[in-house]
Amino acid sequence: MIPELGHYALVLALVMALAQASLPMIGAARGIRPWMQLAKPAALAQFAFVAFAFLALMNAFATSDFSVAIVTQHSHSQQPLIYKLSGTWGNHEGSLLLWVLILTIFGGLVALFGENLPPRLKARTLAIQAMISIGFLLFMLLTSNPFARLDPAPLEGEELNPLLQDPGLAMHPPMLYLGYVGFSIVFSFAVAALIDGKVDAAWARWVRPWCLLSWTFLTGGIVLGSWWAYNELGWGGWWFWDPVENASFMPWLIGTALLHSALVVEKRDALKSWTILLSILTFGFSLLGTFLVRSGIITSVHAFAQDPTRGVFILALLTIAIGAPLTLYALRAPTLRGGGLFAPLSREGALVMNNLLLATMAATVLLGTLYPLLLDLTTGGTVSVGMPFYAATFIPLALPLLLLMAIGPFLGWKRGDVKGALQRLIAAAIAALGAAIIAIWMKTGGSLLAPLGLFAGVWLLVGTAIEFMERVRLFDRSAARILTRMRHTPRAAYGMSLAHFGLAIAVIGMTGAAAWKTENIKVLRPGESLSLQGYEFKLDKVGGVRGENYLADQAHFIVSSGGNVIANLYPERRQYLVQPMPTTEAAIRSTPLADLYAVIGEPDGKGGWTVRIYHEPLVSWIWFGALIMVAGGLTSLSDRRYRVGAPVRAGATQTAKA
Amino acid sequence: MRRLLFLLPILIVAALVAAFWRGLDPARDPSALPSALVGKAAPAVDLPGLAEGAPRLNLAAFKGKLIAVNFFASWCLPCRAEHPFLKQLTAEFGVPVIGIAWKDKPAASRAFLAELGDPYAATGADENGRTGIDFGITGVPETFLVDQNGIVRYRLAGPVTPDGLQNALAPAITEARK
Repeated sequence: MIPELGHYALVLALVMALAQASLPMIGAARGIRPWMQLAKPAALAQFAFVAFAFLALMNAFATSDFSVAIVTQHSHSQQPLIYKLSGTWGNHEGSLLLWVLILTIFGGLVALFGENLPPRLKARTLAIQAMISIGFLLFMLLTSNPFARLDPAPLEGEELNPLLQDPGLAMHPPMLYLGYVGFSIVFSFAVAALIDGKVDAAWARWVRPWCLLSWTFLTGGIVLGSWWAYNELGWGGWWFWDPVENASFMPWLIGTALLHSALVVEKRDALKSWTILLSILTFGFSLLGTFLVRSGIITSVHAFAQDPTRGVFILALLTIAIGAPLTLYALRAPTLRGGGLFAPLSREGALVMNNLLLATMAATVLLGTLYPLLLDLTTGGTVSVGMPFYAATFIPLALPLLLLMAIGPFLGWKRGDVKGALQRLIAAAIAALGAAIIAIWMKTGGSLLAPLGLFAGVWLLVGTAIEFMERVRLFDRSAARILTRMRHTPRAAYGMSLAHFGLAIAVIGMTGAAAWKTENIKVLRPGESLSLQGYEFKLDKVGGVRGENYLADQAHFIVSSGGNVIANLYPERRQYLVQPMPTTEAAIRSTPLADLYAVIGEPDGKGGWTVRIYHEPLVSWIWFGALIMVAGGLTSLSDRRYRVGAPVRAGATQTAKA
Repeated sequence: MRRLLFLLPILIVAALVAAFWRGLDPARDPSALPSALVGKAAPAVDLPGLAEGAPRLNLAAFKGKLIAVNFFASWCLPCRAEHPFLKQLTAEFGVPVIGIAWKDKPAASRAFLAELGDPYAATGADENGRTGIDFGITGVPETFLVDQNGIVRYRLAGPVTPDGLQNALAPAITEARK
């Protein structure tokens, strides 16, 4: 009964979305206030219905109701509760429902907290948001009903894919979706502004918090995914340029560009049409990712069940959702007048460079992702797209961006003093050079990657620190004056410093992990040991253990360095009861300097086990750096100017209300 | 001129959508690309062996046997996914699988096989990707069925899946054995 109610709630949500998409839009065009005001209750009701449907599905998973088809396909009664629940979004239909839920959450949030928005803009934004909902609700109801029943119901389910049974991956999709579906609201704001024909500083200020919020979630989601790959795939890697990883990385790159260009609109009233384009494209890339993952057009391990009718449906959705705004853009954008003029060497100029580099990086990733497909369609020729392609194209774009990142914040608006900025960065240059020399001295097999990466990372790290110290004039004699200045520094400035600082740390981590990773591999019998980088891994024993829904061989390693025992590692090789796929659980000892990582492979049948050990320098800096970036996003989000909104506009709404 | 610039995004999107539309054609199976090689002699393979101290890999040594040539790499995720089914290819259909590690450091490929198990009858290291180009692969994994006379009978681009094994490779194997 509950699943049917859930299904019915989806139909009601569709009805709400239809109302929300049409009446407020017409109301905004004709100036009919009650019709515009309809957007708010409609958005909230739509959210309530979708949330009900989502909970109904979750309930089916929690209670192992195998009469629901997707529960049978993706769950098992013996599965731990957390993976029963995360199974709700571990499949095509359920994750689509999560997608729509987040779409309506953002619509609901704007309806609730958008009190200071001009009523016309708000009505149109919510109407556009509802149009996206209509598309996805129809997609779900027509091709991918999550509540489809099985009759007769099987007694037992087929279990969630064992690779997905990991706490990191349980949280990864909701976080990631909050990020890239969150950009839908920025998209809706942009389209509403195009219809309105007006993009100004106030618009940028309203959009920016939503953009920041989505960016923060997206950053967190991508990192969780990478952390999962590192822990679960068991080969010590953290990024693979898999099409699905790229699908979330492209919106991140364009979203980061958007975050910076919106700043120019807000402060200087320039780059308007470019910012609108980025707003449309960020969400466009999110939709593209959805299409690539779910249509089966590209092979990837992450792909959901492949079904051509679904592919055609999403392609149609994608065409309308991106095509219509871009057509509107082609018509309206040329009439948007930019206000602020600026010299090429200025804060704006640096942000334009940032945008060009980020956009090119996104284009590179897009090309790498689609190249096999495009070539296959045209010539059927040969191409290799993997790590080597990205190392050759992506990194050369990332390095100048990192160098620029340290300089940009020193430049003034309109006209910047590059010479002065560089002079203030002398300490950063010396530190970076020192790091590069150390990297060369440590030898990396002739690769330039380590010295260049460390140079860029340390340069950005020290440069960001200098910028912050100068801002609060840390070398002032009076501590009180420093504290006052720190108090008066806007949170957004702290946010920027934190985010840049976090990226610098992550870059150092990525460089270290990529350049100095070492590994050793051998068949060991209990009692034998293997050494790597001065650490001795002794295989003490391998024993069987039983988890809730799997059997595992668990090894015990005693890791010692210079005769002292420093860690006990327990990697596992699991065999889940239902799905015939063995999975590895790496055992990791993490320290700031390096991770020790042990994996146990197949038994050789003669009492020995294949054992792989990795020494991964600095890898934990990646997660730590990313955490700081997320903290930077949240800090910036708490900035006062987003809480109070634009003062002039707020006054205008007050009068309007009265 | 300026107007044209604003039209650019929609034009690019239109081109992409057209490409996707063709890509979704149900007749096009993304993993069964036609290959110019099917029906022709397999390119000569002469590669250093992958395992330490292994002899060179030469396909000529397998003449008279129906074999599968599988390109893989340790950096490729789908290669992990298809891995269990390669063993099945040998166990169930009696087809020995020759593994060619494509554009991969030999140490990394060896680690890959040590972790997951080695399903191959023989392995070679194609570090610079030359042999991959001779076979015309578009990426990894790809699997070629080469018959007793050294003729390529089937090409499977993408991972070997249970479905692909039963519905694509199995008929091709039966056909080749006739």
